[in-house]
Amino acid sequence: MVQSLDRSQGRIGGGAANTTAGPVSTYTGNRALQIEEPLIFEMGQPGRCGVDLPEPSKVKDRLNGLKRAGEIGLPGLSEPQVVQHYTRLSQKNYAIDMGVYPLGSCTMKHNPRINEKVARLPGIGDLHPLQPVSTVQGALELIDRLAHWLKTLTGMPAVAMSPAAGAHGEMCGMMAIAAALEARGERAKRRVVLAPESAHGTNPATAAALGFTVKPIPANDRGRVDLTALKAALGPDVAAIMLTNPNTCGLFETEIVEISRAVHEAGAFFYCDGANFNAIVGRVRPGDLGVDCMHINLHKTFSTPHGGGGPGAGPVVLSAALAPYAPYPWIVKDDGDTWRVAEDGAAVDGKPLGRLKAFHGQMGMFTRALSYIMSHGADGLKQAAEDAVLSANYVMASLQDVMTPAFEGPCMHEALFDDSFLKDTGVSTLDFAKAMIDEGYHPMTMYFPLVVHGAMLIEPTESQAKEDLDLFVGALRALAERAKSGTAAEDFKAAPRFAPRRRLDETLAARKPVLRWRPSNNPPEGDPMKQAAE
Amino acid sequence: MRYLPLTPTDRSDMLAAVGAKSVDELFKDVPASARLPGKVAGLPDHLGELEVERAFQAYAAKNVSPSTAPFFIGAGAYRHHVPSTVDYMIQRGEFLTSYTPYQPEITQGTLQYLFEFQTQVSLLTGMEVANASMYDGSTAASEAVLMANRITRRTKALLSGGLHPHYRAIIETTAHWQGYSAVSAKADAEGLEELIAKVDKETSCVVVQNPSFFGHVRDFTKLAAACHAAGALLIVVVTEVVSLGLIKPPGEMGADIVVCEGQSIGNGLGFGGPYVGLFATRDKYVRQMPGRLVGETVDADGKRGFVLTLSTREQHIRREKATSNICTNAGLCALAFTVHLTLLGEAGFRRLAELNHAKASELADRVAALPGVKLLNDSFFNEFTLRLPKPAAPVVEALAEHRILAGVPVSRLIPDDPSVENLLLLAATETATEAGLAPLIAGLKEVL
Repeated sequence: MVQSLDRSQGRIGGGAANTTAGPVSTYTGNRALQIEEPLIFEMGQPGRCGVDLPEPSKVKDRLNGLKRAGEIGLPGLSEPQVVQHYTRLSQKNYAIDMGVYPLGSCTMKHNPRINEKVARLPGIGDLHPLQPVSTVQGALELIDRLAHWLKTLTGMPAVAMSPAAGAHGEMCGMMAIAAALEARGERAKRRVVLAPESAHGTNPATAAALGFTVKPIPANDRGRVDLTALKAALGPDVAAIMLTNPNTCGLFETEIVEISRAVHEAGAFFYCDGANFNAIVGRVRPGDLGVDCMHINLHKTFSTPHGGGGPGAGPVVLSAALAPYAPYPWIVKDDGDTWRVAEDGAAVDGKPLGRLKAFHGQMGMFTRALSYIMSHGADGLKQAAEDAVLSANYVMASLQDVMTPAFEGPCMHEALFDDSFLKDTGVSTLDFAKAMIDEGYHPMTMYFPLVVHGAMLIEPTESQAKEDLDLFVGALRALAERAKSGTAAEDFKAAPRFAPRRRLDETLAARKPVLRWRPSNNPPEGDPMKQAAE
Repeated sequence: MRYLPLTPTDRSDMLAAVGAKSVDELFKDVPASARLPGKVAGLPDHLGELEVERAFQAYAAKNVSPSTAPFFIGAGAYRHHVPSTVDYMIQRGEFLTSYTPYQPEITQGTLQYLFEFQTQVSLLTGMEVANASMYDGSTAASEAVLMANRITRRTKALLSGGLHPHYRAIIETTAHWQGYSAVSAKADAEGLEELIAKVDKETSCVVVQNPSFFGHVRDFTKLAAACHAAGALLIVVVTEVVSLGLIKPPGEMGADIVVCEGQSIGNGLGFGGPYVGLFATRDKYVRQMPGRLVGETVDADGKRGFVLTLSTREQHIRREKATSNICTNAGLCALAFTVHLTLLGEAGFRRLAELNHAKASELADRVAALPGVKLLNDSFFNEFTLRLPKPAAPVVEALAEHRILAGVPVSRLIPDDPSVENLLLLAATETATEAGLAPLIAGLKEVL
C-alpha cells in the first residue's frame, strides 16, 4: 500500500494530499494523462501512410540488377497516429522544461527557443555543406564569430571547431598532443597520461584509444589533485595530464597554476576537460591557468539542447604550442573580406593532425550556441556563472545539516554529497534518487565521481528561481529525514511509485538482450498492452 | 537578463544563507593571478531577442538558400522534404530538453523511440541489431573499423576507392594516431576497382560504400565471401539512406557491419551537422559495438519498459577498457529519423526511393545529352558522375554566380588527383522540379 508522504517539511503551501495510486485498475491500463503506448510495429496497418507522394514517372531502373526484393517490414501509420504516438511518448519523459533537473556534470540549464528559431532560418538551417563557398559567406562568418567568442572567453589563440561532442573533442585534443610530441620526436617515449581518479570515464577511454597508458593520480582529503603525488608521477615518460577544472567533485583546483607549471616543466601537456567550464565562464580564462587544450561542450556551457542524449558539439581551444596541429577544416579569411574553407592538409599552413568529421562540424549547434552567447553577452555570461555557483552553494548550505557534503565548501557549480547520512538506514543512494522521482524531480547524478562513496552530485544551474530551489531543498530535506527515521527503508525501495514505470529490471535486460522488435516479441504478462490485445 | 531568475534580493538572501559576503568569496579557490577584475574584455554585452534574431538574419542573407535556387548537390548530404510533423515533434520540450535516459522510470519516451529507431535501422540495413545512433555516418565508419580490429585482432583496414573522401580521411587520421593501418585504394570514378585480390590474412576489414561516392551501385556478395574466407569483416557504408528503399540491403550481401549517414531521413542539411549515424551489425558482435543500446525489460509490476543496456562496453563503466570513448550521441536527430520514417512507412519509404531514382534518371539523360558531357555511371541511385569537357570547379563557380547550385566538383574532395579535375557529381532528389532542371541545363550549355 502506498502511504501518503509527510509534506509538512519545507513544502510551500503544503496542502493535504490524500491521493493514492492504489491498485484500482482501468480497462485500458491508462491512468488519466499516463497513456500506455504500444510500439509502432504493433500499430501499423498495410494501406496506411503518413505522407502523400506523387506517382514516380516510369523509368527503367539503373540499379545494376540489385533491386530490393521483399518487404522491409516498416509499419504503415497515418499522420495523426504518428503525432499521437510520439506525443504520448514525450509525456513519459522528464525534461528541463518541466523543472529542476539537477544532473551533476551535465549542466541542464534552460534552453532558449530563440536558438531553435535562428538555427532554422532559411539560409542557415538549409545550407548544403558543399555549396560553393561564394554562396555560404554568412555561414563561414558565423562559425568564425563563434570561434572568436570561444577563443576570447578562454584566453586561447586557436580553436578546432569540428569535434561532434565532448568525447570527440577529447580525441581531437589528445591527438594534437600526440602530434606535437611526434614533431618533437618524443611520441615513442612519452606513453603515459595522468588522470585523477575522479575523472570522467571518457578521459581514460580516450587516452587508452590513442595507445597511452593511463596512470591514476589520487586526490587529497580536500577533494583536489594531490600535488605531491602528481609531481612524483611526472617524468620523461609522461605525455599529458587530463584534468577537469572545476573538477568532478565540483571544486576548483586551488593549486592549478602549480600543477600546470609542474606539468610543463616535465615536458608534458595539460589537457583540460572543459565539461565544467560553465562554472567559470566570463570570470576565469583557462588560458590564464596554463591550459594547452580544452574541449567546450556547447550543450553544457552554451545551452544547446541535450536532446535525449545528443547531438552535442565539442570545439577544442588550443594553445600556441598545439595550434599548428589542429584538424582541418579551417575557416580562413582572405584579403577583401571573403571567407573560404581550407578542407585538406595541403590547403593549410600548419601540420594538421588530419580530419575528424565530415564537412565543417556541428553547424546547427554553433548557431544555437552563438545565439545563446550573444543573448547573454560578456556581462550575462559572467552573471550566469555566478548564479550557477551561488545556487549550488545555496543548495549545499541548505542541506548540510541533514545530508553530508563530501568536502568542505565553497563549491563551484555543483554540490557533492556522500551517502554517510544514509548509514544504517537501509536506504541507498539509488533508493534516495528514486524517491526524488516521486517528488517530481529528476534525480541528481549518482555514484559519480567514483572517489566519493554513494556520491550524489547536484547541479542546480543558474536557471532556477529561488522559490523553486527552496521547494527542491525542502523535498530533499524531507526525504533525508524520512530515511533517517529508520522506518522508511521499504518505502524507499519501492520508489518510484508515481512514474510511468516503476523500477526496471536492468539485469534481465542485460542477461537476455532484446534490442529490437520482432514479430515474435510478445508483451510480457502483466503488461497493459497485453490485456488490450486480448 | 531574461534567462536568469535570481533577483538582487534573492542573491543577497542566498549569500546570507551561505555565509558569504559577496559572490567573490565563492570564487576564492581561484588563484589570484587568474581572477579577472571584471568582465572578459573585448566582447559585447547582452542583447534582446529581437537584436539577436536580426543578427542571424543578416548572416542568413549573405548565403544562398537552397530553397531559392536550382539545387543538385549531394556527395554525402542530401536535400529532402522533411514533413512538418518531424520538426514539430523534435521541438517538444520533453524530447528537446531531456538528457540521456539514465533514469528509465522517467525517460520511457526517449527509450521507446530509440528502441523503435534500433528496429528501423536493423530492418533498413538487413542486419540483426543496431545501436541507438552515432554522431554521423563519417565518424561511425571510423568506429566500425575499430570494432572490426577488436573482433579480428588484426590491424589492417582496406578502404575502397569508392568511399567518400571525408570518410576515408577520418579513418586514415584515426588509424595514424591509434596505431593501425588503413590502406586506401585509389579513387576510382568508373567504379571498377578489384578489392578481392587484396584481402589477406592480415586484413581486419574491407570498407566499401554503396552507392559509391561516384554513385555506382554494386553487389558485394562475392567480396563478403572473400573477406570471410580470410577471416576479415566487410563494412558497408551508405551515405544516402533513402537508397535502401530500392536497393538490396548490405545485410543481404553478407555485410558484417553497416554504417549509414541517416541525415536524409528527418534531418535537414544544416551546413553539415548535426546529422545521425546509423550503426548495425550481427548479433554475435553486439558486445563489441560502440555507442549506446536500448533493450526491452519489465518493471517491478511486470509492465514492459526499456532501459540502456550492455553498458559494460561503455566508457563510464569500463573507462580505459571501453569499446569506444563515445558518450553523447545524436538522440534528437535519431528521433527526427524515426518520426520521419514512421510517417513514410513501408509504402512511403519505397515510393520516396522510387521518386529519387526517377528524378535522377531524368536528370542523367538530359545532362548526358549535352555536347562533350559523358555520364560515367551504368548504375546509380540518385547521384552520378559526369566527365565534363573542362575542369568542373570553375563551371560550378560560374553557375553559382547565376544562383544555380550545380553539384560538387570532385576535385573539391579529392584535390590531389589531376585525373578527377573534370568530374562533376550531380544529385537529384524528390525535391527536384522542372523549374530547377531547365535553368541547370541551360546554364551548363552556356558555360561548357
